[in-house]
Amino acid sequence: MITRRNFVRGLLRFAFGISWHPSVATVAFRKRAMGEEGQAPRWAFLVDTYKCVGCGFCVKACKLENDVPYDANVTRTWVERYILTKSGEVLADTPKGGRDGFITPKVQQNTGHYREVKPEEIAKAFFVPKLCNQCENPPCVQVCPVGATYQTEDGVVLVDRQWCIGCGYCIMACPYGVRFFHPVYKVADKCNFCYHRIHQGLKPACVEACPFEARLIGDLNNPDAPVTRFINTQRVGVLKEDYGTKPQVYYAGLSKEVR
Amino acid sequence: MEVHGEAWTLKELFVYPNEYVYWSVQIVMYPFMTGVVAGAFVLSSLYHVFGIKQLRGMARFSLVPSFALLLAVPLPLLFHLLQPRRAFNVFLTPHFTSAIAAFGVVFSAYTAIVASELWFLYRKHFVTVATALREKRDRSLRETLLLLLYSALTLGAYDISENALRKDENATRVLAGIGIPVACFLHGYAGFIFGSVKANALWMTPLMPVIFIMSAVVSGIALCMLTYIVVMEVRRMRLSAVPVPHQPTREEIKGVELSEITTTAKYLVLFMIFAISLELLDLIFREYTALKSWDVLRRIIYGRDFTNIFILQYLIGNLVPFVMLLLPNLTIRRAVVSACCWCFSVCS
Repeated sequence: MITRRNFVRGLLRFAFGISWHPSVATVAFRKRAMGEEGQAPRWAFLVDTYKCVGCGFCVKACKLENDVPYDANVTRTWVERYILTKSGEVLADTPKGGRDGFITPKVQQNTGHYREVKPEEIAKAFFVPKLCNQCENPPCVQVCPVGATYQTEDGVVLVDRQWCIGCGYCIMACPYGVRFFHPVYKVADKCNFCYHRIHQGLKPACVEACPFEARLIGDLNNPDAPVTRFINTQRVGVLKEDYGTKPQVYYAGLSKEVR
Repeated sequence: MEVHGEAWTLKELFVYPNEYVYWSVQIVMYPFMTGVVAGAFVLSSLYHVFGIKQLRGMARFSLVPSFALLLAVPLPLLFHLLQPRRAFNVFLTPHFTSAIAAFGVVFSAYTAIVASELWFLYRKHFVTVATALREKRDRSLRETLLLLLYSALTLGAYDISENALRKDENATRVLAGIGIPVACFLHGYAGFIFGSVKANALWMTPLMPVIFIMSAVVSGIALCMLTYIVVMEVRRMRLSAVPVPHQPTREEIKGVELSEITTTAKYLVLFMIFAISLELLDLIFREYTALKSWDVLRRIIYGRDFTNIFILQYLIGNLVPFVMLLLPNLTIRRAVVSACCWCFSVCS
């Protein structure tokens, strides 16, 4: 006969037994297992805006490499163009994420029409490539209700496509607008520094595609890496510092107009 | 290829390429409905906990819409998910740094409280109906089914002696007492979900949970008033014009209705004052401190959304019902219009 005592005892035995099952054990002890692999790198990115010409090769390469539909109006990385006129106006646009380059002086106004700026009106103009900042304190990871987005030991924030429920809270929480819903997989998607490539010692697709070395990746834990040296010795800025996210994409030549 | 959000997003000037309105009407429905749920609960607690006698009828009534809507609350949330079949993951691997993760816990706790309070409140009714049906000889199929339903609802507790009913009442009071903070938490927590999104300057304010609770109580009371009036009017119309013994006359019902509505309206105005002052405080504070984000907000509030915010919400939704409820000699018709106005303002 099943008495209450026997039932509870059986339940405890079952719980103890199942806790040894590999699938449960990996979840419970995952953190520790990863820590034993030794000093992990801390990936960081350096964008030299002085070198960017807005060709859009990085955006093209990223879309092809990472299986983001080429013509869909979402992208893991993009290039923004800023034009400051002599009258003090700030104009910015990023048509198709800058995928096809900036071949016209007309600035997209997003409501369907364009604004033409004459060369003599321009005080200064520049391009700013954007990508995921792989924040040290990522708000997207904080708000994910199921833990489908997480930070790896080497600082990159990843999304588990099998576990994401598609609530969009992470997209709302990211101050940089790097997240979007993948049009095919219908889950949150974002730049991950081409995690599949950097793990094999390759460079991210956008870094590889940039003809002017405006984009560089490096390991902050290695003081001799060129990117680390540049960040430590030159004047660099990060985007939206006041959000407390501690972004790990550093910009050389950042201007205050950049959002 | 169509991107989620592209169909209903209107992009103006410069925005990031991935920026779309990802949270649309379903996400608006959720706080509105939890708001009504929490508000209706607070209204019923005014009688059960604070002993405001005039609200006796309303208190019994308002728990019903509260419970009914509570069951519908998770639906819009479920439908807004891009992977609704994985919704259960929230319970399997709750990630507690996320404000949404505690949803399951808070929601089930609150549902349990409201369900048990309702049961204690209507237990006598269940028992009376079940006993009456059982004693009846030749029951029709409908009556047999009703008997089954009501017997199940009694949960086997058939004792309706005075002593047992007093215990019921005590239990209701205790549950209502626990329920108030939990209801406020359920809804304040919905406010926290929005208020803590630091990427959205318009939402980001610590006042958000309090604003949510206050306007929730107002919407809850307003909706209870509306449904109460509808129910009572239907009841009144179904009565015959000629008085029948043991049944209230039309005039009596009208009298009860008006007195309940007048008292309820007083509380509606009280909470309305809190809600509106908090919202205005938030707006004025933002304007006065004029942080970096105000630059963009000002353009949205005074420019693009001026009609929505000031004309539809503040003028028609808040000021009009406020004045209508404050004018002396409140009539049912005026109460209906002002309750509608408020519900409309919340929607807009």
